[in-house]
Amino acid sequence: MTDILKFFLEYREAIFIIILSIFLGIEVISHVPSVLHTPLMSGANAIHGVVIIGAIIVMGHADNLLSMILGFIAVVLGTLNVVGGFVVTDRMLEMFKKKKKQQ
Amino acid sequence: METIVTLTKNFEFSEYISILEISYILASVLFILGLKKLSHPDTARSGNLWAAAGMGLAILFTILFHKTRLEDGTFAGIHNVGWIAGALMIGTVVGWMAAKKVKMTAMPQMVSLFNGMGGACAALISLMEFPNMQTELADQQVASMLNGEALAILLGLMIGGVSFAGSMIAFGKLDERIGDYKSPVLRYINLSFLFILFAFVIFIMFKTPVAGENWMIYTLAALALIYGVTFVMPIGGADMPVVISLLNSFTGVAAAMGGFLYHNQAMLTGGILVGSSGTILTILMCKAMNRSLLNVIIGAFGGSSAAGVDFGDKTVKEISLSDAAVLLSYSQKVLVVPGYGLAVAQAQHLCHELENLLGSKGVELKYGIHPVAGRMPGHMNVLLAEADVAYEKLQEMEDANNEMNNTDVVIVVGANDVVNPAAEEDPSSPIYGMPVIQVWGAKNTIVMKRSMAKGYAAIENNLFFMPKSRMLFGDAKATLQKLVSEIKNL
Repeated sequence: MTDILKFFLEYREAIFIIILSIFLGIEVISHVPSVLHTPLMSGANAIHGVVIIGAIIVMGHADNLLSMILGFIAVVLGTLNVVGGFVVTDRMLEMFKKKKKQQ
Repeated sequence: METIVTLTKNFEFSEYISILEISYILASVLFILGLKKLSHPDTARSGNLWAAAGMGLAILFTILFHKTRLEDGTFAGIHNVGWIAGALMIGTVVGWMAAKKVKMTAMPQMVSLFNGMGGACAALISLMEFPNMQTELADQQVASMLNGEALAILLGLMIGGVSFAGSMIAFGKLDERIGDYKSPVLRYINLSFLFILFAFVIFIMFKTPVAGENWMIYTLAALALIYGVTFVMPIGGADMPVVISLLNSFTGVAAAMGGFLYHNQAMLTGGILVGSSGTILTILMCKAMNRSLLNVIIGAFGGSSAAGVDFGDKTVKEISLSDAAVLLSYSQKVLVVPGYGLAVAQAQHLCHELENLLGSKGVELKYGIHPVAGRMPGHMNVLLAEADVAYEKLQEMEDANNEMNNTDVVIVVGANDVVNPAAEEDPSSPIYGMPVIQVWGAKNTIVMKRSMAKGYAAIENNLFFMPKSRMLFGDAKATLQKLVSEIKNL
């Protein structure tokens, strides 16, 4: 029990951020029209590519060959997620926009 | 008596660390605003760019200013910058090309693929950090790995691994490289697998850390990958959009685990935002199909349990191209209901041509878009927008159904399950309860189909046998082409 309480105290800031972010995520997304489900999913997909920061950090203090190789792969994969995700989303949304101008 | 223990590490300050943290706050704000803007049609595109800007900012400042605390208490910046830059370049070029080249019809599998990359990235981070952390804890002679960082590493690996393997299977299914494998046994295997995964995580956490003993982290990785495969395998291909959305939120959580590990606020907020909004999006998608998430995951869809109606001796009526051309030319209101068949045949441009042609004859043509038509919610809207179809021509399902009685002709192009009356009439049907476009309410229905094959959900469609329905067999694109020239020649 003490361990659990200690855990909460030690990580209270992270736990705080997590809980607030959960509510924020729900609030930001609700009432989205179904037309935008796909682009929104794709955009969110790109945002979780933020994991690449972790990959850069590990790669940044990698000191043996194995972790260099794994780190390199991780950064490449993370970049694919970020760049591919944002570009695909932009391509989807570009098509909506083109129509708007002609109206 | 209450005792107060000092838990926090010494407070460190450096201008660079401060700047880095400020950039993370900015990045988080940009993510939030980007996501908010993405959920409104007018601002969606700029929202995407805002989020991308936040990402670029966070990446750049991490490379420039990130400091890792070493065991001796000193700090080290990011090494291997050349390699990192190289990896970033490769990822950018490949990702950019892939995203630019992919056909609009293949968009869902592309999203799935990118999602898998993120999951793999999260899993790899854990794979690399675990040995480091274990060595460090072993040096400190700690009795067990019961701490937040270890939990974050293990969960990041588990969730990232499941997300990666699952996304690859979802990609294969959408690309029609992998078929459905349904087996009731798999359900129990999955449940026990999930249990084993969690039990194994707990086992590792209670183990005494021994430097260099890393077999369990590789075992956990392997288990997570296998579970990812068996988790997605039995789910029907038609449910893949929901699965991708769910795996998307998984990857978000995996990214957040990385944030927890590194005390990195940008990763934490970004990951959790995607995790929670992805979950909500998944639930919204399920609602659009009138099903529960559990029902999707357990996979009752397309199962053999549905009795269905036997269509054995019923016959369909075909319509000739010239009859169809005449019928359309002398109608007032025409509704096109597109499905994935239209997308596969790349016939959206021809639909638009037909719309213009009929428009010049004074016939009003609109499109009735089912929320889950195609392979993803909103997929049809994207495809038709690509073909320059105007916004106001696209009707949502409810509006289309309200005007159905005044509609002279409905053309169903490559859609099947979203116009299946069984959803309203047959309680034994697996899609019973799903809202559908009631095309049978129109005066005439022309169904363009390649063959009498069943739809993606593998259910018979009584619509084809209804008295007002006429079939026009052939590839959607070729048939529409012929129909357009036929109308021109009238």
